[in-house]
Amino acid sequence: MAEIKEIQEEIIEEFSMLDSDMEMTISYIMELGEQLPDFPEEQRTEENIVKGCQSKVWLTPELQDDQVVFQADSNTAITKGLVSLLIRVLSGQTAKNILENDIFFPEKIGMNRFIGTQRSNGFAAMIKQMKLYALAYEAKVQSGV
Amino acid sequence: METITDQHFDVQKIRAEFPVLDQKVNGHDLIYFDNAATSQKPKQVIDALTKYYEHNNSNIHRGVHTLAERATHDYEETRKAVATFINANEAEEVVFTKGTTEGLNLVAQAYGRKFLKAGDEIMVSEMEHHSNIVPWQLLCQQTGAVLKKIPITENGELDMGAFDQLINERTKIVSIVYISNSLGTINPISTIVKKAHSVGAKVVVDGAQAAPHQKLDVKTLGCDFLAFSAHKMYGPTGVGVLYGKRDVLEKMDPYQGGGEMIKEVSFDGTTYNDIPYKFEAGTPNIGDVVAFKEAIEFIQRIGHEALHTHEQKLLQVGSELLHKIEGFEPVGYAGDKASVISFNIEGVHPFDLGMFLDARGIAVRTGHHCTQPVMDRYQIDGTVRASFAVYNTKNEIEVFADALQEIIKKFKK
Repeated sequence: MAEIKEIQEEIIEEFSMLDSDMEMTISYIMELGEQLPDFPEEQRTEENIVKGCQSKVWLTPELQDDQVVFQADSNTAITKGLVSLLIRVLSGQTAKNILENDIFFPEKIGMNRFIGTQRSNGFAAMIKQMKLYALAYEAKVQSGV
Repeated sequence: METITDQHFDVQKIRAEFPVLDQKVNGHDLIYFDNAATSQKPKQVIDALTKYYEHNNSNIHRGVHTLAERATHDYEETRKAVATFINANEAEEVVFTKGTTEGLNLVAQAYGRKFLKAGDEIMVSEMEHHSNIVPWQLLCQQTGAVLKKIPITENGELDMGAFDQLINERTKIVSIVYISNSLGTINPISTIVKKAHSVGAKVVVDGAQAAPHQKLDVKTLGCDFLAFSAHKMYGPTGVGVLYGKRDVLEKMDPYQGGGEMIKEVSFDGTTYNDIPYKFEAGTPNIGDVVAFKEAIEFIQRIGHEALHTHEQKLLQVGSELLHKIEGFEPVGYAGDKASVISFNIEGVHPFDLGMFLDARGIAVRTGHHCTQPVMDRYQIDGTVRASFAVYNTKNEIEVFADALQEIIKKFKK
């Protein structure tokens, strides 16, 4: 499994070919979202929702060996694309790695509006939720449960 | 004052008065259709703000020096201009607030808490902005009063039959939006006021969206209170107006305590200042209030008639073009409507549309527009809202409709 930092650098490299064209960037993000594996219907519950002001994200974690595997979906195409990028970066990593690494790629691909000031989407809340799940798993490991 | 007649209405000249419009966003000419959230500001407003800080900045109402006198004079001149603008009896009926939201909260707390008791009823409509729901919910919690809701019809109008059923001797306050921010519906305020007054209820009007579009005349409306914001009517942010009838304002308790709102202070007891100062505790937003006068002057110079004619033309062009788009679903199509088009495109989330439009330099609002009960009523997540102002053009609407057509194709693969 590649390092979280490396995957993010890969993403930034990919997006650099789009030459900061906003429409091409979000079109590409949308296409990436379409490739996300289908989210299990039974997991589409209120409990698994990460709420934003405008878009919803469904997120589930699962511990496989010592890796945290995430599945996710969104009701908006662009958020779903961004979510697929987060899955690519964080899913399959250890809880420790998830907690220790910063997410810096959205800003570098011109999507910084999604992680700071805007309440309009579930993206920022999703990063926080992924880290919280990792924290919970890490705490379990530490306490030997 | 000379106003611009329809024949002399030159939208390009008006655009030239708004510096912000002349820019590229994401490589495209900016098209600003988020006017219902806040309008842009003409140069005369910006200049007035700069002039205030460069020449006249001073605290008001107490200083004996020249700058204090200038600042006080200009601040009070805006109050007079507002009184004339809304046809109030006197300038003292004009209270400066920080916006419509504060005006509504002020009425709820300073009037409602004093005069309402358990079992009294407050009536709002289903199309209210959250700022005309939550202050009343808080008041209900504090007093035991009950909040009643006038439902809306399928096309986005008030269900007046239901209103007639709901209003009764227990109704003490009817607080109603003049023009809905999410639907554009223009409500029959005078009719509501007459019916409400016949049972002794006070009427509060949320005029935030009406102020830039309609002639606001408190005598014709007959309302007891009217709240609106400067920033939606080409003025600065952070300034609002609460109009109240003199006898009602005088009976009310102060809203906040502090400087300015007092006559005498001692630890044995404090006496309050006269209206409107009783409601203006602390140093107000002097600079923005001063600049607000220029926004009023701007609207008066164009004239409500020319403004209305232009905006209704834009609404008509916009409605016709958007109706041709496959999957176009208008939300709110009342007969009497301001220049706001709220809609969805079948199978496309409003958020995605808003993002793609922004990539083309087109600013619209997407989401629930702080009117979640409206979204619940129509069982939708939100809408895309394009709201037009005096400086928008037919050509901008054509670009917008073409952009929508192209964007939708991306979702129909």
